[in-house]
Amino acid sequence: MSNVTIKVCMGPGGIASGGPEVISAFETELKQADIPAEIHKGCSLHKVGCFGLCSKDVLVDLIIDGKKTTYQYVKPDMVRQIVNEHIVGGKAIHEWLVNKDYYNFYRKQIKVVLSDCGIIDYDSIDSYITGSGYKAAEKVIASMRPEDVTAIIKRSGLRGRGGAGFPTGVKWEAAGKQVSNQKYIICNADEGDPGAFMDRAVIEGNPHIVIEGMIIGAYAIGADKGYVYIRAEYPLAVERLKKALSDAKNKGFLGDKIFGSKFSFDIKIKLGAGAFVCGEETALIASIEGQRGMPRAKPPFPVYQGLWGKPTVINNVETLANVPYIVRNGAEWFSSMGTEKSKGTKVFALTGKIKNSGLIEVPMGITLREIIYEIGGGIEGGKALKAVQTGGPSGGCIPAEMLDINVDYESLAKAGSIVGSGGMIVLDEDDCMVNIAKYFLSFTQAESCGKCVPCRIGTKRLLEILERITKGEGKESDLELMESLGNDVKATSLCGLGQTAPNPILSTMKYFRHEYEAHIRDKKCPAKVCRDLITYSVIEDTCSGCGACMRACPAKAITGEKKKPHYINQELCIKCGACFDVCKFKSIKRD
Amino acid sequence: MSFKISIDGKTIDVVEGTTVLEAARKLNIDIPTLCHHPKLTPFGGCRLCIVDIKGIPRPVTSCTTPVSEGMEVTTSNPEIERLRKTILELILSDHPYECMTCERAGDCTLQELAYFYGIKDNRLTGERRLYSKRDGNPFIERELEKCIMCGKCVRVCDQVQGVSAIDFGYRGFDTKICTPFERNLDCEFCGQCVAVCPSGALTGKAWQQKGREIGVREVETTCSYCGCGCNLTLHVKGNEVIRIDSKEDTINEGWLCVKGRFSYSFINSPDRLTKPLIRIAPKESSEFGLRPMGVRSSEYNSAVGSQHSALFREASWDEALDYIAEKLKAIKEKHGPDAIAGLSSARCTNEENYLFQKFIRAAAGTNNIDHCARL
Repeated sequence: MSNVTIKVCMGPGGIASGGPEVISAFETELKQADIPAEIHKGCSLHKVGCFGLCSKDVLVDLIIDGKKTTYQYVKPDMVRQIVNEHIVGGKAIHEWLVNKDYYNFYRKQIKVVLSDCGIIDYDSIDSYITGSGYKAAEKVIASMRPEDVTAIIKRSGLRGRGGAGFPTGVKWEAAGKQVSNQKYIICNADEGDPGAFMDRAVIEGNPHIVIEGMIIGAYAIGADKGYVYIRAEYPLAVERLKKALSDAKNKGFLGDKIFGSKFSFDIKIKLGAGAFVCGEETALIASIEGQRGMPRAKPPFPVYQGLWGKPTVINNVETLANVPYIVRNGAEWFSSMGTEKSKGTKVFALTGKIKNSGLIEVPMGITLREIIYEIGGGIEGGKALKAVQTGGPSGGCIPAEMLDINVDYESLAKAGSIVGSGGMIVLDEDDCMVNIAKYFLSFTQAESCGKCVPCRIGTKRLLEILERITKGEGKESDLELMESLGNDVKATSLCGLGQTAPNPILSTMKYFRHEYEAHIRDKKCPAKVCRDLITYSVIEDTCSGCGACMRACPAKAITGEKKKPHYINQELCIKCGACFDVCKFKSIKRD
Repeated sequence: MSFKISIDGKTIDVVEGTTVLEAARKLNIDIPTLCHHPKLTPFGGCRLCIVDIKGIPRPVTSCTTPVSEGMEVTTSNPEIERLRKTILELILSDHPYECMTCERAGDCTLQELAYFYGIKDNRLTGERRLYSKRDGNPFIERELEKCIMCGKCVRVCDQVQGVSAIDFGYRGFDTKICTPFERNLDCEFCGQCVAVCPSGALTGKAWQQKGREIGVREVETTCSYCGCGCNLTLHVKGNEVIRIDSKEDTINEGWLCVKGRFSYSFINSPDRLTKPLIRIAPKESSEFGLRPMGVRSSEYNSAVGSQHSALFREASWDEALDYIAEKLKAIKEKHGPDAIAGLSSARCTNEENYLFQKFIRAAAGTNNIDHCARL
């Protein structure tokens, strides 16, 4: 009798591409009368979290007697054939299997945090326990002193994965030493950077790892209450986390006297209401307390005075997800990965103009080139790489010339960017760097809590300067003004949001000053993105007069007779680019 | 525990928990600030009180930073002053230049700082928040365009008054101080928020066009509305009270209620009694006994007022008091002391109330003494 396991990606990428339909197709097909009974008996169907390579969803793993094959772009109507030919017939359908790209995507990755994502059934606590789930927490509580746990984490060199990179062990040690009748541990799952989805994928794919990490952390610092602060915009993650929490409670892993010990610990979920700034730890605390999510000055740091004035440790999802693996495999195992100062692995959300977009986990210190060209498979459409944006709105752009930079906390900071929480947006020759800076500034400006002057008004003025530059109304003195104001906003803002908000401007000005100058001096956008600085015109020599552009133009700005060169009225043109896209003869000029 | 710290080269011993700003003020070192108030929790929003502390790589706000042993603070250097100037430029870039007609001119911290830092040509002009005025309350004028978002009003309403009628709303540049659901302000109107506002955003409606700080005489007095005896500072122009506030070093710590702060129009009212009156018309002939049901008090008062001269005549205090003494004596002789009763008022001071009951018990000889606030 053969043993068949089917795993279907039910991350949001999988769901959006039709994962639920694929699952019900498998259910229906496996019930067909012509399936031999012994296959039916040994066959199990699982919903699993993100595989990583979202651009190839729906991905389906078929494991027959331990041998795994992966199908990509699976649609419900392909399922019957997969069942009949592969599961029953034993012959894989080669044209539907993943190709070289897929294996290259994983070759350079080292999965720690994501090691069980896409493998275990997120809905089943037993699936998590079958591996070595909750063993680390049990071992810690049964046989270790809290300070020994902290010592392991300290020795491992684990640093906060939320962006700032503060050593986790040091934080735990400080909180552990506090004498208080109440302490808290909070998991920060308020992931808000545009283009970042690492924490969401971890919670959706393996919620129990975060719970186990929190149990270990709580034991180490002496907290009996924990919160997961998670954004309400992550309904799937919230749903799976809720299920996981109730399963863990039923098993006695949470609640009073967990694992039969004297230690009690329970976790509550607090939903964020969509404010980016609530990812900042003091604003997050205010939000849990029921106040407006507004940061306060530090010191006092939350480890001394946090939630309701009590010592509180706030760790990011990925940081906590590392903890059980470190306890299971030892500090030395963890610190053997990465660089001297940045240990372990880091999860990145690889997006933008990249062939293989998705979720990756790489050892710290890997070069950006390896990520872009080996894991990511290079730039989409064979275009030239211009820059890589890391760290989201708080980060900066690393230009293509610096592609051999090591991805770790220190190297990226030296280059004017940050590791951040792990967003990695690939930009190609078609991206305008002034426009990119403007995009991030408009984000931080809208998300500023408004408490402090430099962030509330300073980012607004910076954004206004960028807006005028992209409109062709920039002045030569704007560059100097922007640099000076940007640095002042960094120096005087209250919290991390304002202190890093000018980074996208300052880093693009550092590496792409010529693009700013082209906008200001020549009133040109070199990447031809900024609408106010481009004009569309007809190349008369090659225009066939087919009229396609005329029909596509929403502003009725194009006129012309059949089979004669057409003409664009610049006064009516709204520069939408529809004519450019529709012309088969490349007879529309954009400059 | 106490710490020895040095600020601008001067050393001072301060207790644990003191902020750098408080320590500096003890040394008479002036640090500019817009959002700090000694009675409210530190905010750290305006960023003007930034200082350099040795060993900390970036400037920190002195209002939020607690002292620690051996701390070396520099409150002013060219870089700090430059940053403060940038912050002021930013605030003023989103502030109407209406000092000409602003109620607060001359009593405005923002104006004072802009003057001190000489901000004439602002490098950082741009969009300003524009709000239409639509506040139907009778006491507090709110001009949100002038608001610099220091949050003092929010904190005083919550931490001193315990009302929480307002809070921050919206985000980013659109952040503003809001009432719930942006309805008209509907609170106790104590005006604590008006008192702490460092700009022209909050003023008294009664203040409008009555005169600004120039030529104003301050007269210290005690509020006559209740027995609390809050200290008031009357702002007098000519012979008219145009504004009332209270100083921080008073028994009421500068806090007032709606009556003490805003209800002063009676002072210059022509209807106000300034001399004792003695009834001349016989009681029976008066149709002005108790106010009949359904008659508004304002109508009743003006009807009484118009016939004052027919009903009452003015008298000196000596004459009035003699008259009262004579009447009381006569009642006491004819009907005994218990025919007399005294009813005292909550608007009298504690001392006055004490004297009144003493008078009723000792002079009139009865225990029939009561007070309107006893219930």
